[in-house]
Amino acid sequence: MSTRAPAVVARQLTKTYPGDVTALCGMDVTVEPGTVFGLLGPNGAGKSTTVKILTTLARPDSGTAVVAGHDVLRHPDRVRRAIGVVAQSSGADPVATGRENLQLQGRIYGLKGAELNGRIDELLARFTLTDSARRPVKTYSGGMRRRLDVALGLVHRPQVLFLDEPTTGLDPEARTAMWDEIARLAGDEGLTIVLTTHYLEEADRLAERIAIVDRGRVVVEGTPDELKGELRGDAVHMELREPIGEAGRTLLRGALAGLPGVHEVLFDTVGSRGISVRADDGAAAMPTLLGALERVGVAVAAATVARPSLDDVYLRYAGRRYAEAEAEAEGAGERVLAGAGGA
Amino acid sequence: MSTAVTQTWYMTERQLMVFLRQPAYLLITLIQPVVWLFLFGSLFKEVVELGGFGTTSYLDYLVPGVVVMSALSSNMWAGMTTLDEIQRGTLNRFLTTPVSRAALMNGNVVSNGLVTALQSLVIVLLGLLGGADYPGGPGGVLVLVVASVLLGTVFAALSNALGMLVQERESIIGINTFLLLPLTFLSTAFMAEDRMPSWMRHIADFNPLNWAMVAGRSALSEQPDWGEVAGRGGALLALAVVAVWLSIRTFRSYQRSV
Repeated sequence: MSTRAPAVVARQLTKTYPGDVTALCGMDVTVEPGTVFGLLGPNGAGKSTTVKILTTLARPDSGTAVVAGHDVLRHPDRVRRAIGVVAQSSGADPVATGRENLQLQGRIYGLKGAELNGRIDELLARFTLTDSARRPVKTYSGGMRRRLDVALGLVHRPQVLFLDEPTTGLDPEARTAMWDEIARLAGDEGLTIVLTTHYLEEADRLAERIAIVDRGRVVVEGTPDELKGELRGDAVHMELREPIGEAGRTLLRGALAGLPGVHEVLFDTVGSRGISVRADDGAAAMPTLLGALERVGVAVAAATVARPSLDDVYLRYAGRRYAEAEAEAEGAGERVLAGAGGA
Repeated sequence: MSTAVTQTWYMTERQLMVFLRQPAYLLITLIQPVVWLFLFGSLFKEVVELGGFGTTSYLDYLVPGVVVMSALSSNMWAGMTTLDEIQRGTLNRFLTTPVSRAALMNGNVVSNGLVTALQSLVIVLLGLLGGADYPGGPGGVLVLVVASVLLGTVFAALSNALGMLVQERESIIGINTFLLLPLTFLSTAFMAEDRMPSWMRHIADFNPLNWAMVAGRSALSEQPDWGEVAGRGGALLALAVVAVWLSIRTFRSYQRSV
């Protein structure tokens, strides 16, 4: 197989769950081989559903997907041999030991004997599980279980590894350790990693390319630097004393947009008090901005200057702040899907 | 084909390990029948004098009843394991691997069958120790064990289907609690057919539990009625096939809901 062909190509995937819950509407993803690709979005954006389709677990209502050169609908078995999957809850057998879990996983792919044992030793050492390999998984800490989950996904040396929210539920220390682990995996010869996360920081740190997913489709895609680079200059965030409505927006846009060095004025959702302004030099622009607001009689409660972040990218393309999208997903009452995780 | 068989064994082994590593569970599975054997054996000891039991020792009569009742009560919880595996993410993990779908489903049924066979044999041996007599010999015991495994398969498969369908522990607990005793008492487990009220006898005719008991008892008797054994055994086999087919159908619909 040509190593240059994309590891994953998904075109116009749609999926609606019973009860008219639209999980995907026109999802497009292309992942180059040997890279780490991040699907970033709040809970319920459609990341997990995309992964379920790409890993042959769920079928799309329409659209096509090719993973490692195989069509997920026509040749699911070939796809399954080529991929490793680390789901949000991988469900290692709690009464079996770490080693036994790895043994079973390897046998399923037809590995056996010395080859399998060698591979297991290698993975146990790599994920610092050698000392606990003979203990039942139910005695493992959250971080150890997560590392075992990743090891399970790697037993058969897959071409494409899917990591669905790899650090959700981990404490900060275990999260940092997992990030180091994933960064090291990314260095592996030829391994393509598709990562979903709702942590902006995680995507920024691990992924070479990021697709921002919102409401069932990709709203923007690029390298973290490209995405941030499109936002020229610094971000000046201002928190007003009073919420602003539609009329207030027009007034403020007029007052701020023409100022020297100001590129862009973005508002948080209607009825909130936040404004973000993109300026060449945030610190220098601050007095001018505050002065302009004072002239139109708008009081500012707080103001900060920051280098562009993925949160700013999210605001720009999804039209709302990341935290707002998360809160909305929770407010909508997250659908509990059979199996694991949200849509 | 051989891969599917090997994989079924891997899946069976995995389930058996869960069973063997939980000593409390293993102990209950093996001790509960002893309690039944002792309790009912003592309580109803004298009913045998009423006649119609085909033997003068109530224990002879009781053993097949307890074997089949125990097969029901241990297999009807299979759905709990399936539910656990769905909720833990284990099932989805296996579904993204090339493991045969049949192996995934059947591992649970086969491991339950093996446990049922072991449990049945233990009860038969305990009965022997207690002085029960099995004129039908090893052949008769084999028929009883096979019949109880088939009955177990029916209920394990149905329980699996229920687990996947409702995905709620409470439903499985509720249905099982509701079914266990009525199904047992609407059979010839403890009382000879001739001594049962006629309406109960008619119901028992349609009770698969009773099919397994009738087949087992007949095979264990001095002069087995092989026609009866084949008839009830065949009906159990047919029902087991239907139940497994139904559980596979449910499995497919689960996959669509993921």
